[in-house]
Amino acid sequence: MAIITVDHLRKTYGTRVAVEDVSFSVEEGEIFGIVGRNGAGKTTTVECVAGLRTPTSGTITVEADLKEQVGVQLQECTLPDKIRVGEALALYASFYSRPADWRALAEEAGLDPRAPFAKLSGGQRQRLSVALALVGSPRVAILDELTTGLDPRARRETWDLVARIKERGVTVLLVTHFMEEVERLCDRVAVISRGRVRAVDTPAGLIARAGGEQRLVFHTDEPVDALRSLPEVASVTVADRGGAGTADGHGAEVVVTGTGDLLSAVAAVLPPSRTRGLRMERTTLDDAFLVLTGTEES
Amino acid sequence: MTKAFGKLAAVEARLFLREPLAVFFAIVLPVGLLLGLGTTIPGFRDADPSLGGQRFVDAPFTAMMVLLSIVTLGLSVLPAGLVLYRERGVLRRLSTTPVRPSALLSAQLLINVVVAVVATTLTLVLGHLVLDVPLPGSPWAFAAVFVLGTVTILAIGLLLAAVAPSSRVVQGVGSTLMFPLLFLAGMWLPRPLMPELLRRISDFTPTGAFGQGLMDALGGQAPQPLHLAVLAGWALAAGAAAARLFRWH
Repeated sequence: MAIITVDHLRKTYGTRVAVEDVSFSVEEGEIFGIVGRNGAGKTTTVECVAGLRTPTSGTITVEADLKEQVGVQLQECTLPDKIRVGEALALYASFYSRPADWRALAEEAGLDPRAPFAKLSGGQRQRLSVALALVGSPRVAILDELTTGLDPRARRETWDLVARIKERGVTVLLVTHFMEEVERLCDRVAVISRGRVRAVDTPAGLIARAGGEQRLVFHTDEPVDALRSLPEVASVTVADRGGAGTADGHGAEVVVTGTGDLLSAVAAVLPPSRTRGLRMERTTLDDAFLVLTGTEES
Repeated sequence: MTKAFGKLAAVEARLFLREPLAVFFAIVLPVGLLLGLGTTIPGFRDADPSLGGQRFVDAPFTAMMVLLSIVTLGLSVLPAGLVLYRERGVLRRLSTTPVRPSALLSAQLLINVVVAVVATTLTLVLGHLVLDVPLPGSPWAFAAVFVLGTVTILAIGLLLAAVAPSSRVVQGVGSTLMFPLLFLAGMWLPRPLMPELLRRISDFTPTGAFGQGLMDALGGQAPQPLHLAVLAGWALAAGAAAARLFRWH
């Protein structure tokens, strides 16, 4: 059942169009990603869902009490410098009728309840922000640009925290521009560009839409023409290195593209022991994103 | 909801006490000036014919120190705190919870009123014990002027918070306004010594009316209707403008 439904959302600020036409629905219990470049309209979209902004047109339905059951982590929201982690969590817990155990949340987020906000690192602040979004035991958590500006380690720790939110059965609406974050966390993603949805799919589905092609690259001295007749193979290219390929002992460089179980099919004809430096390249989510949004600057 | 407000007010109170500058300027400085200058400058404790025979430390100085504390709260502590909360998105973040951001504003107002009461009580009691300053001759009149004046100054603070674009601006504007307003109240030149025209201008300023009202009530006289009317007028005008112009984010 869809817990969030956004139908033809449009939001303008004066003459500037922030969101042109956005529709998607989020199923209960999933992590739904909204990806797009800076300025694509991601934040405006989720702020409309959170009730912070009023849509210019279109409808948004959230099957939960917006204040009680939707926890929000906003971009560029900080706390007073001198408030302690435990004070902030206990305070926000007091706002809700059925709060979570804030001490357990602090522990799960790896935060010292006595630490003042000003002394927290970027990663700790983001994890506190997530904990504050969860302290009311929400059914939906909206997380906006959670890991922007964090170092890789802090980013991973934050991802672990988000993955555990899903285990509690909380639906997560996640705004991001990191494809790695999408791949790690999201069940489904809406790709937004210039205020419009370009695709809604699983991460694997997005890759398949962008071609989903695989490339095998290796060096060999063996003949490779037999590979061309394999159904999995789309093309075989042998780099013309003027005979130098065999002279340096590595053989000519061969690039085989195709789909399906390309590696097994090629290996059946050409044993990998006769090749050197074999590697496989796939379309990544980054490639898919570029294909789906075009290469426009935004 | 009341539980949430209580919790909010308690946290805000603790945050106030963790700001040494706010505690210093709103409480320590006014009380310290009264006791420090009152005990060391001999002339301050002599009956002064130009002040109607009372000592300078009595109604004039004591009233100014009460005023100093409340003006510091209203023109600096309150607006700077609110604008910083708006700047940091605290008010916006609150609007996504079951608690309205106006609860935080109410909590801030409450803290400022409580601090004003504490600073005023300390000023009166310590002034009485150390300098033998008489306690307010008309306690009810003093309480009425105190409440009306505090509401007026805090309403002006809310208006500042409503229109200031950033916390840096609000601090600059607050302290720039503070000096002329304190001067017109008689902080450096007591109102009885002011030239007629200046005193007339002072009558119509919020701090001039507040200061004279406090002096009258401390000295055991009824505050003048003009000063009460001036305070009420400023409170209504600033309060209405603040309510119209206040931005939560």
